[in-house]
Amino acid sequence: MFCGLTGIVWLHRKIQDAFFLVVGSRTCAHLIQSAAGVMVFAEPRFATAIMEERDLAGLADANDELDRVVDELLARRPDIRMLFLVGSCPSEVIKLDLSRAAQRLSKKHAPALRVINYSGSGIETTFTQGEDACLAALVPEAPSNPAGAPASLLVVGTLPDIVEDQFRRLLGEIGIPKVDFFPPRRSGDIPAIGPGTRFLLAQPFLGDTTLKLEDRGAVRIPALFPFGAEGTTAWLTAAAEAWNIDPAHVQRVVAPGQERARRALERHRETLAGKTLFLFPDSQLEPCLARFLSRELGMKLIEVGTPYLNKDLLSRELEALPDDVLISEGQDVDRQLDRCRAARPDMVVCGLGLANPLEAEGLTTKWSIELVFSPVHGFDQAADLAGLFARPLRRQTMLKV
Amino acid sequence: MKLTVWTYEGPPHVGAMRIATAMKGVHYVLHAPQGDTYADLLFTMIERRNHRPPVTYTTFQARDLGGDTADLFKAAARDAYDRFKPDAMIVGASCTAELIQDDPGGLAKAIGLPIPVLPLDLPSYQKKESWGAAETFYQLVRALAGSSPVPRTPAGRPRCNILGPTALGFRHRDDLIEVKRLLRRLGVDVNVTAPLDATADDLRRLPDADFNVVLYPEIAGVAAGWLERTHGQPTIKTLPIGVGATREFIAEVAALAGVDPALAMDDCGSRSPWWSRSVDSTYLTGKRVFIFGDASHAIAAARVASEELGFEVVGLGAYNREFARDVRAAAERLGLTALITDDYLEVERAIADLQPELVLGTQMERHIAKRLRIPCAVISAPSHVQDFPARFSPQMGFEGANVIFDTWVHPLVMGLEEHLLSMFRDDFEFNDEAGPSHLGHGAAPSAPAPAAAAPAGVTWAHDAQAELNKIPFFVRGKARRNTEAFAAERGIATIQIETLYDARSHFAR
Ligand code: SF4
Repeated sequence: MFCGLTGIVWLHRKIQDAFFLVVGSRTCAHLIQSAAGVMVFAEPRFATAIMEERDLAGLADANDELDRVVDELLARRPDIRMLFLVGSCPSEVIKLDLSRAAQRLSKKHAPALRVINYSGSGIETTFTQGEDACLAALVPEAPSNPAGAPASLLVVGTLPDIVEDQFRRLLGEIGIPKVDFFPPRRSGDIPAIGPGTRFLLAQPFLGDTTLKLEDRGAVRIPALFPFGAEGTTAWLTAAAEAWNIDPAHVQRVVAPGQERARRALERHRETLAGKTLFLFPDSQLEPCLARFLSRELGMKLIEVGTPYLNKDLLSRELEALPDDVLISEGQDVDRQLDRCRAARPDMVVCGLGLANPLEAEGLTTKWSIELVFSPVHGFDQAADLAGLFARPLRRQTMLKV
Repeated sequence: MKLTVWTYEGPPHVGAMRIATAMKGVHYVLHAPQGDTYADLLFTMIERRNHRPPVTYTTFQARDLGGDTADLFKAAARDAYDRFKPDAMIVGASCTAELIQDDPGGLAKAIGLPIPVLPLDLPSYQKKESWGAAETFYQLVRALAGSSPVPRTPAGRPRCNILGPTALGFRHRDDLIEVKRLLRRLGVDVNVTAPLDATADDLRRLPDADFNVVLYPEIAGVAAGWLERTHGQPTIKTLPIGVGATREFIAEVAALAGVDPALAMDDCGSRSPWWSRSVDSTYLTGKRVFIFGDASHAIAAARVASEELGFEVVGLGAYNREFARDVRAAAERLGLTALITDDYLEVERAIADLQPELVLGTQMERHIAKRLRIPCAVISAPSHVQDFPARFSPQMGFEGANVIFDTWVHPLVMGLEEHLLSMFRDDFEFNDEAGPSHLGHGAAPSAPAPAAAAPAGVTWAHDAQAELNKIPFFVRGKARRNTEAFAAERGIATIQIETLYDARSHFAR
């Protein structure tokens, strides 16, 4: 399982004028580069300020060093409007106060640049929790809703632009007057948040962000997550209910999408139905995926691992899962491997480190990082999501070598 | 602090992982947070290994700090022993654990495992991956081979060890096959190959050989030095990369082993010398190449490029400072100043300035070259999944030289095509922007080349710019740079067609 720094790989693509500066070690730089498949982006908007011996021995003042590095960075990228200082295990262990550094740098570079900090360290976060930490840090930057402002809907969690546009169209047709997305595509477009804000989570791993939004008076709309036809329908319907919109109208709006999704899923159902599934903990998406794969594609769940289970945010997902499923929280990879080998599932969902070794043992795998790197939400991506699981199985039947 | 966009090397514990992963029956217990397990994927994905690396991470979390991280370590070491039953264990700390100072070595000793347990001290904030690999291998060799003399196998055929091949190495798997073939032809037996596929017992047997062949000094140089001092085993230092170096390697081994070098010299599979002499290769003459990689591969590549392909080396550098002196010397022999840096941006600048016709580098340079629309071949780690080919493709030995000829020449525009492109520049189908025709459209770079800024005060007249665009793309950057420098030097504010040709004749001298 990766640490929370990994989120930078998709967050820096989403917020197009933001830069992510990790304050960490060579390991941190190596992690992001390896997780990003190495060098896929021409000019990445992320980098690492690698701490060296002299920084630790107190020979260099960490704050002076950080100022220097940030100046160097801004000279290269004057177009940057928002800078995230991202804490790592080493910076946390030596108690480098990045929030003070962020305040200082914000003052120094205002108004051209805003500087915000969060931690993606591997001692506090796993994988997708990095996005949670980032978004939680971004909430205080949002302007306040004026008192008495009309209710508006906020969709929370990084979505590919194409999915965002689809949801915006659907929610508009349903009749929700004002819909905003968080994080925004540009740092200057952070939507106002306040007591009039009702929010829908697009991702299940946003516990801290939820608390921060609730502190601002925003109210969460509980729903299934928008994976598959069922999840997407429930998610959109939950929003419509919050606005007391006529269910018959909502059904008319979602019907075409539902129908397209169901039709497209048919093909994958043939491949996946009846197949057993074992999910290693990785992205916190596991309970949602398990619900989708079991209810819409007929897969049989053996074990659903998740690095962390937020029972509150996931209550509807958990209700929708079969009663007898084993949900395991946290990671103990050797024991999980023992259980997986004993069960010999038809499909294993796991991280990149395990996939090839398990394939070599004759198991079929889907590596989970693809699930956060590709458009998988909503009606029109439901079949793509199913396809990610069906493809390895189809491949197994095709190969004669 | 150092601002880093991409790194050439991982942290030193990744170097230690490369040794543990290469060997059999050696387990690494690494005091590290959960997130550091990302390193597994380097082996399972990039190198497509079918086993998890033999590494147990303690995965401590923030809430463990100041409390029981030491107990966590002991439990992890004990569990790892029970589960994997290794013959030897190495223990150490990642960058984060180094800061909490739990002393993994002392803790591991305290639990009293019945196998050799080696503490590794790899300073994460000073050293890097190759150093970590070399240090780990050296510590293992020293601990297991010991310094007392071992009983030698009664004299017979000459015996050597092959040192250096390891996990995630650039073409190590195939180099080893090729070098073993050379040794076999010479009648030299291989006692032990390490670290790749070696066991703890194999390392104990290292002293039972007459000499050591070091294939990768970055990995095995330190260990070989110790074996030389302690067990009197001389080291073969020539790296058999390229035909000339392979011949020298054979001569060096033969002299040490007391055998006839002719046994391996005339390899009829050695095609690259004739491929290079055949007239089709004339167009390779003086192609300007930029070379960057680990020191050993970069130095070897510079020799092959200039002596065996007839290229002109215009830049030479390496990212590992440990071997900077050798790179500097090699560069000097070519009349160059070596570029020693691990700053990717600096390398990019150097390539943009030099506008070479071919880049030989790591996967980082492949990326730079793609952006600058310059052909490129990979010669060194760090490498990516496509640098671990399914087919046999060594860099060493005579077959390695053949492979090198093919892979370096392949990305270039071929001889006659080069002429045709210059003759019929405006042909709408046979467009030089498309790149070498045998590479198809996929070879056409997607990103526009960042135009190197013209010196202040120099602009291009419209028709001069049009004329410049008629020059084939693979030399256009150089022509542009030269002309601008020529104009700036002479205070010419606007470059006319005349200026372009004046500059051309000036630089032709
Ligand atoms: S786990 Fe910690 S030290 Fe390792 S890469 Fe992540 S933040 Fe850096």
